[in-house]
This record gives sequence, C-alpha cells and structure tokens, in this order.
Amino acid sequence: MRIALAATCIADALFPQAPIATVKLLERLGHEVHFPSSQTCCGQMHVNTGYLDKAVPVIKNHVETFAPVLDNEWDAIVIPSGSCAGSIKHQQAMVCDRAGQSALAGTARAVAAKTYELSELLVDVLEVTNVGAYFPHKVTYHPTCHSMRMLGVGDRPYQLLREVEGIELVELPDENQCCGFGGTFSVKNSDTSSAMLQDKIRNVEETGARVLSAGDYSCLMHIGGGLNRKGSDTTTMHLAEILASTRHDPATPPPALRAGQSVKVATK
Amino acid sequence: MKTFLGIPTGRPTHDVASPQPYAAQPGHASTLAGTARGNAMQNPNEPLRWGTNFPDAAREALKNEQMRRNLGHATSTIRNKRATVVGEAPDWEDLRDAGSQIKVNVAAQLPALLEEFERNFTARGGTVHWARDAKEANHIITTLIKETGSQEVVKVKSMATQEIGMNEYLEAQGIAAYETDLAELIVQLGDDLPSHILVPAIHRNRTEIKEIFERRMESLPAEMTDAPRELAMAAREHLRKKFLRAKVAVSGANFGVASTGSLTVVESEGNGRMCLTLPETLITVMGIEKIIPTFEDLEVFMQLLPRSSTGERMNPYSSIWTGVSPGDGPQNVHVILLDNGRSRALADDVGRAALKCIRCSACLNVCPVYERVGGHAYGSVYPGPIGAILTPQLTGTAGHSDPNNSLPYASSLCGACYEACPVKIDIPTLLVHLRARAVEQDKADHRPTAWGAAMSAATVIMSDSKKFAFAEKGLGALRLAAGKKGYVHNVPLPIISGWTDSRDLPTAPKETFRQWYKRTHPNGALASDLPAADTKPTDDSSPSSAGTESETTHD
Repeated sequence: MRIALAATCIADALFPQAPIATVKLLERLGHEVHFPSSQTCCGQMHVNTGYLDKAVPVIKNHVETFAPVLDNEWDAIVIPSGSCAGSIKHQQAMVCDRAGQSALAGTARAVAAKTYELSELLVDVLEVTNVGAYFPHKVTYHPTCHSMRMLGVGDRPYQLLREVEGIELVELPDENQCCGFGGTFSVKNSDTSSAMLQDKIRNVEETGARVLSAGDYSCLMHIGGGLNRKGSDTTTMHLAEILASTRHDPATPPPALRAGQSVKVATK
Repeated sequence: MKTFLGIPTGRPTHDVASPQPYAAQPGHASTLAGTARGNAMQNPNEPLRWGTNFPDAAREALKNEQMRRNLGHATSTIRNKRATVVGEAPDWEDLRDAGSQIKVNVAAQLPALLEEFERNFTARGGTVHWARDAKEANHIITTLIKETGSQEVVKVKSMATQEIGMNEYLEAQGIAAYETDLAELIVQLGDDLPSHILVPAIHRNRTEIKEIFERRMESLPAEMTDAPRELAMAAREHLRKKFLRAKVAVSGANFGVASTGSLTVVESEGNGRMCLTLPETLITVMGIEKIIPTFEDLEVFMQLLPRSSTGERMNPYSSIWTGVSPGDGPQNVHVILLDNGRSRALADDVGRAALKCIRCSACLNVCPVYERVGGHAYGSVYPGPIGAILTPQLTGTAGHSDPNNSLPYASSLCGACYEACPVKIDIPTLLVHLRARAVEQDKADHRPTAWGAAMSAATVIMSDSKKFAFAEKGLGALRLAAGKKGYVHNVPLPIISGWTDSRDLPTAPKETFRQWYKRTHPNGALASDLPAADTKPTDDSSPSSAGTESETTHD
C-alpha cells in the first residue's frame, strides 16, 4: 500500500523519533511511505486557541498537500498523533466553512476521510495486530483524550502492544484522565494544568514502568517534561517507537536524564 | 466577609435592584477602553459574574488541598454511580440522541412552543408572566409575594432563582426566602455561594456543616455529632416548621410541557413536594429553554436526567402539576418565563447548543479541571464545563478584561464532558467557538495581544513548508539552552515560562524528521517489497533503495 505520512509539526521539529519509527514500521510491513514535503501543520493550535481565521492558511496548506490522495496518488494518509487526527477529522472542515471557504471544506472532508491515526491504520486498514515487534521492557500506556474521545480508537493500541514480544504491559491507574496538556491550556491555565499533571505523574510512577507510551507526542512532551522535572526513572516513547523495535533492530528506552534527583527551580 | 476559599460570600443585599454592568477591578491589568473607572470595583451582586478571572481564581483554589481531596472523593463517587446506571441502559446512546434532537427542535420553534404553553397553563387556572431579565423577574416575584401579605417563602432548589439572585433581592424587600434543599440550606446558612449545580455544598465537609448548623439553627439536640443522619435530622426539624407555616413557595422547573401546560420538578429529598403542595401560592421561575413539546417527550428526559445527575435509575420524587386543581394544593399558581440572556444565546447558531442543558451536572463530575479547582473559581452559579459555555453567553462579555471572557479557556478540551452529556452538547466545540468570539472581539476593539502576534507569526511559518523548515533550524537555540543536560529547565519568556514552571522542555534534535527522510529517502519513498493487490503501479516512487542507510532496510 502507498501511504502518505503526515509527520505533525511538533514531531518533525522536536520528536523525529515518532515519524521515523512510523516509516520503519510501515516499510517493514511492506508498504511504501511517502513524505509530501510541502506539509507543515494541521492548524490545531490556532483553532484551539480561538484563532480560526489565522488557522485557514495553515489548514489550506495541509489539505492541498494531501489532496493528491483523492486522485489515488496514495492509498491512505497516516498520522502518528491522535489530537492532530482529531483536528483533521473534526475541525478543519468546520473552520473552512466558517471562513466561507466551502470548496476547501469539501476537500478537507474528503482528505480527512482517508486519514488514519497510526493504530487505526494498522488495525482497521492494514488489518494487523502482530507487527513482529520486540520490546523487552515494562511499559504503561496513556490513551490520550483525543485518541480516546474524538477518534474513538478504543483498545486498538492495546491490541497492538499485547502482541509485542517480551513486553511487560502494566495498566495505568485512572488512564482516561487528561494529563493537563490541552495545548495552550498548559500555559494559559498553567497552575490547573500542573495540578492535573502531578496526578498523572503519580499514577505513572505507581506502575513502576520503565516506559510511558502514548500515541501522541504532545501529551508525551507534557508528561515527559513533568517526569524529567521530578527526576523520575520513567521516560517516554511513542507507540510507533515500540512497534518499530525488533530483535534485529531493538529500540532502547531513552535514559532518565536526572534519575534520582529532584530539583526545584523558581522561574518567576 | 470571606469564605475559607477567600471568595466574597453572600452577595450584599443593597442595590440588587439595579445590577451594574461588569466593571474591572482596581489593579486589574486592563480596563474597558473609554469607560469611566471612577468607582471601579468588583460587583458581587451579579450571580453570573463574581470574583476575578479564571486562571487567578483557580490558582487560589488550588492552594486548598483539603477541598481538592473532598472534591476528588465526591466527584469520583458520583462518576462511578453514574457509570454503573448508564451501563445498565442498553439504549443509552439512542436516548442521548433523542434528548438532543428534542432540544434542537425546541430551539427551532421556541416562540410557538412558549405561546402554546402559555395558552394551556392559563386555561388550567395558572397565570403566566414574562421576564426579560433578572430585574423584571425579581420585581414580578416580589409583587406576587406582597399581594399575599406574606413576609416569607419556602424554596425548592432552583438554578433559575440562583441565576437572578432572588433570595438577596427578596431580603432587601423585607421578605425571607428559606432554602429547603439540604445542601442549599447549608450554603444559605453558611453565607456561602454554591459550587456545584446538583451538590451546591460539595466543597463543605460534615465538620463544617455541623459548625454552620450550631451557629445558625435554634433548638438543636444537645448531643448532636457530625454523623450525616444526625445532621439530616436536625435540618429536617428546622425545615418542618417552615413548611407547615409557609403561605408561599417559589420553585424552578426541570421541564415545562407545551402541549399540556404542565410543570415538572424532579428531586430527591421530598422538600420539593412539600413546597409544591402545602402553600396556598406557588410561584415557579423557569428559563424559556426548559420547554418541551409534548408529555411523551418527558419519558426521554426522565430516563436521562436521574442517571446523569445523581447516578440513580429514578429519582425519589417527581412532581408534575398543571395549573390549579380545585381544592387540592396551591390555588394561586404562577409561572415566570425567564429570558435573561437566553435569546442572545439562541441567536448564535453554534452557541445555542448550550441551551440544550438540563442541569444534570454530569459534566462537572467528569471534568478534570472542575475536580481540581472546584466551582467557585468559575465565578458564576453555573460552574464547570457547562458554566464555561453558558455563563459568558447569558451575560454577554464586556471586552477583554471581563472575567467571563476567561471561562472558555478553562478547559484542556479533553472531551470528557461531551462524552457524559445526556443531551450531547459538544462542549469542546462550543468552547473553541467562544474562544474564537473572544479573539474576534479583541480584533474589533483593535486590541493587540501577545497571543495574536504569536499566532500571526505562526500562520506565516506554518502555511509554508520552506519557512517552516527554516524555522526548525532556529530550534537549535533550544540545544544551546539545554547544553549537556539534554533538556531545558527555564525559559524566562512570557508564555513559555508558564510551561517551564512545572515541566522541562525537550531539546531540539540534531536532525529534524524532514532532514532524516531526505537523507534516507533521497529518491522519495522506498518501493514496497511486497506485492499489494490494492495498489497501482508505483511510477511515482523510486524503485531503488540504493543509497539509503541500514536503518531503513526492510527486515
């Protein structure tokens, strides 16, 4: 299958390991992975902050970049992020309609219909749950709000993780509670966001997992940033990184940067 | 006087007859352009707008760890009860769809339904009054009570009367309004403000309740402890005298049935039934959006509401009355149909979905933000996710510094509220819509903001991959900031410091994804090495994997 990859702006710039793993995984499964280089961002940050007009050019760029899927240039589009997939499927067309760009909205809807979050692509489209991965580590999984509620990916990530050879998968208490990221919420309501994060971190640490995984690097950046600040032994990896890991080419959990230390720094 | 949360309590009883529009507080960073600030001060008379903006109020509330534990315990208990009884209903999603659609239809034909209700309610001996706002509603209520010669009323728990500040208004007119719902009684006796739609005293624990009772109730049992049963019995004794002597009752309504002219109150304690049957005069205040078309529609909501609200299959007391029944119950029956901003909300094609709300409070109980900051931080009698979308629409917002403008941002958009809502209000979408309206208002006011500037810059960069790739190189600065540590601890810039207060930032990678892809896929996508029946010939991609690194070879 010819699959176009939407890498997401945040992973392209800050967490290339997630799209790299997505490419490796899908190529290993025998698929072509294209990276349309005119892509940038889905527009979610603008939309969720209320800047709908300013989101339109960003959305337009995304839709035009991936519109060739409608002419069978590719068979599907994959995006390793639940919240970006959610924005593409539930916000882009609405924002275009509101800006009076109904033609763009129509294309956005059609492109969105061919766009899949990674676990959806694997389980629903490629119909595979055992991807031949090997990852002998203790892992807990945060399902992320938008994957769970906007997309309804359900237990697809668990179906995939349960098939990974050597993995010790432990349940995350209160897994369906938001980590407190929420994009600009994390800075506009920083105190509330931090309170939510502290509870998430406590639950993660309770599992004793070496790795916290999720299908979205924005949430992982948030929880990972908090774990690192706390000096936790648990570090973060995207679902794709675990699924891309094999006996032949094993991935190792990133080192805990300040394990055992807890430094409080006043910034204000 | 302040509560233990530091929030002003009990709205002062003076000057409630003419509530002033919102005025920014002294010291507030920004004021309304062109408005005289002479007597600028917070106006605690507004039940839909008190206190400071949400982030500041939340910061204060978060300091109260005992309250956070109380709330966490209380909301998780209700959450679990709800989940159990919702799980028992095999047609739950169908019920939600039905409830939502009925409410959508109501919004579409509201004027006709209200007139139909008026005809039927009047034909059965009741009197219908129309109130554009809180002031008109309070005036009508006062006049009706004064006509009876009574100096006191008993009350059924009602959000509509909270919303118009009725108790305080009546008090200023020399009329005592006694709350008879146990939790509302606790709030009233404590000179406090409600913090939850269903459980208004959720922020109080039983030790505090005992202390309030001892301070405010007469003839308490000498040896009363803080056991819930003893507290309830004390409240019962206190209230029973008031029920038996009351000549006038004031209630809200959960539903008004247009086709029959019936009103409905759904409750748990029986205090409502007392108020609705014992007094001679019954005055009901109902928001105009509470109309439903037919009696049959009640069956949908009577299944949705108790399960969503208290986590019960059916509530203990459901009272339905239709005008006057000669010789039975109140003989002087009135209803006040309240607008108070609802027409404004109805005019907004997206925002009007908030008017579907049946005040069950399920969204509060599942909200991670509400659970941590409590209800008072929302500065309105409608807290939580529904408050964040309803309050600013009911009041309208008066410019950038209006605290109600901060409410749509009081959410991480996690979507738990939408999932729980029995009438499927897409609260996250409405929050985003109201954020967009706040941004549009700033634009119309020619008010430049740091966020606006940042978003404009981001649009330029993020709508063009060449500029984006160039900007990615700038992220090398993060690597410099991180040094050998491999993370960024402290960025003393506005906006970003909000992040680094409690979280580290990752450093930028040596190679972005697009650089990696270009290096490892110099001729575009690697050809698939498996035949795929559903793919067309791969003319558009490189047939060769030569030149790529080992990390991209196929296993």
